[in-house]
Amino acid sequence: MTRYIMTADLRRCIGCQTCTAACRQTNATPPGVQWRSVLDIESGEFPDVRRSFVPVGCQHCGDPPCMHVCPTTATYQRDDGLVEVDYEKCIGCGYCAVACPYQARHITHRVEFAYGEPMASESARFDARRMSVATKCTFCMDRVDAAKESGLTPGVDPEVTPACVNSCIAGVLAFGDREDPQSNVSQLLDETQHFRMHEELGTDPGFYYIWDKK
Amino acid sequence: MRLMPWHQSNWDARAAGNFIGGGGGTGLLIFAALAGDSLSDYRWQAVIALILVATGLLCVLAEIGRPFRALNVFLHPQTSWMTREAMVAPFLFGCGAIATWQGGGSFSALAALFAVIYLYCQARMLAAAKGIPAWREPKSIPLMISTGLVEGAGLAVTLGALLSGATPKWLAGALLCALIVRRLAWKFYSEALVSKGAPGKTLEVLARFGGRFTTYGQSLPELLVIAALFLGSQLVWLLPLAGAAATLSGWALKFTIVARAAYNQGYALPVLPIRGQGRAVPGVKPGWSK
Repeated sequence: MTRYIMTADLRRCIGCQTCTAACRQTNATPPGVQWRSVLDIESGEFPDVRRSFVPVGCQHCGDPPCMHVCPTTATYQRDDGLVEVDYEKCIGCGYCAVACPYQARHITHRVEFAYGEPMASESARFDARRMSVATKCTFCMDRVDAAKESGLTPGVDPEVTPACVNSCIAGVLAFGDREDPQSNVSQLLDETQHFRMHEELGTDPGFYYIWDKK
Repeated sequence: MRLMPWHQSNWDARAAGNFIGGGGGTGLLIFAALAGDSLSDYRWQAVIALILVATGLLCVLAEIGRPFRALNVFLHPQTSWMTREAMVAPFLFGCGAIATWQGGGSFSALAALFAVIYLYCQARMLAAAKGIPAWREPKSIPLMISTGLVEGAGLAVTLGALLSGATPKWLAGALLCALIVRRLAWKFYSEALVSKGAPGKTLEVLARFGGRFTTYGQSLPELLVIAALFLGSQLVWLLPLAGAAATLSGWALKFTIVARAAYNQGYALPVLPIRGQGRAVPGVKPGWSK
């Protein structure tokens, strides 16, 4: 079995939002919709203050509440762990959006582009099927699928790795198969201390946050 | 990028309308069937109940992004309470329509049975929305069911008085019992949110609403029913007022929970990352009561 996951080394993240920009460029999400974004968290009190940058988005949960509530089976889970949306089935009821504890789902009802008129990248990637239905991070499903034909390894070869991971300038993000003990992410998680967000809700998220060495 | 829980924007007053119409309508269908011959006109009650449920469903239709695909809603009965609610609806309307045509009879009992199932589905539907702390609290289930029954009894009492000029005493007693159950359900629900922790703004909204709700939505109709039942028959005119207060407060409750107190989970870190020479410190959960 394969379970694709993503890891974010929070010790490294500088909050540059390059992953956000790469995601928007790759997926042509409309203004206000960010499938990948980075939180900027200030905490503590002077003089002991902290600043943490935390990439967020769909966690591709092992037990996804969005899938369970979906009345149309538009949201489904693949054998490799990716949670995806069938735009042709979705009725845009928003039930998945209120069931997701990670605020990862977006529904837009109007065609909008960043600067009014669509840019070349937006025109090339505009997908009318995405209007008025639920959308979210796909872990760049098309790239992961391309690995089956090319024989490349997602998370290792950039051609079949999510755009946000490829773009990260600080090596924060990593992608790979959690079920493969030799994979980059498995080894990374073996060497470090990590947590998953809102784990207490029982969603079995597929996004691991590394916060210290072991 | 927001950190603290913010109000979800996917389900608005139209979604609240589904719970309002569905709960009130099914509650009325249940009490109209229970009343049997003691309510002179089952037909009117059933028609109003079905109109309420249908209005709720139309509210949903007005909210979904792709209404022409609405029939896809039937595709996931395995786990989706929305599908289950949708699957019960045709039976509810079918039996309700036949019972209305017959003016009661055995189909009214069947319609009431489907109304109970529909009401239960609605309550579970809200509780399955894991992203909204005010909804996913399991004690929202008895609250939604009990308020549906209160609204139904309140409507039956009010309509009974308006349509036939009389309200059976047992129905007024049933309204009082339902009100007491709802009072307890609200208390346990509110306490559970406080004790388990919830977004601060959710608690603020519910605390603001709770005071008025307890006074005008609970105590007032309870006192009116008690006065009408025990202080002499000349006070029977208080019953429709009690019914109206009980029903309207139930609708306000649902509107508040669905469209006002529905702050999402927000973000949290159980521990902050070690950067450079730092040491581990407890994490953060901005905007939460605990």
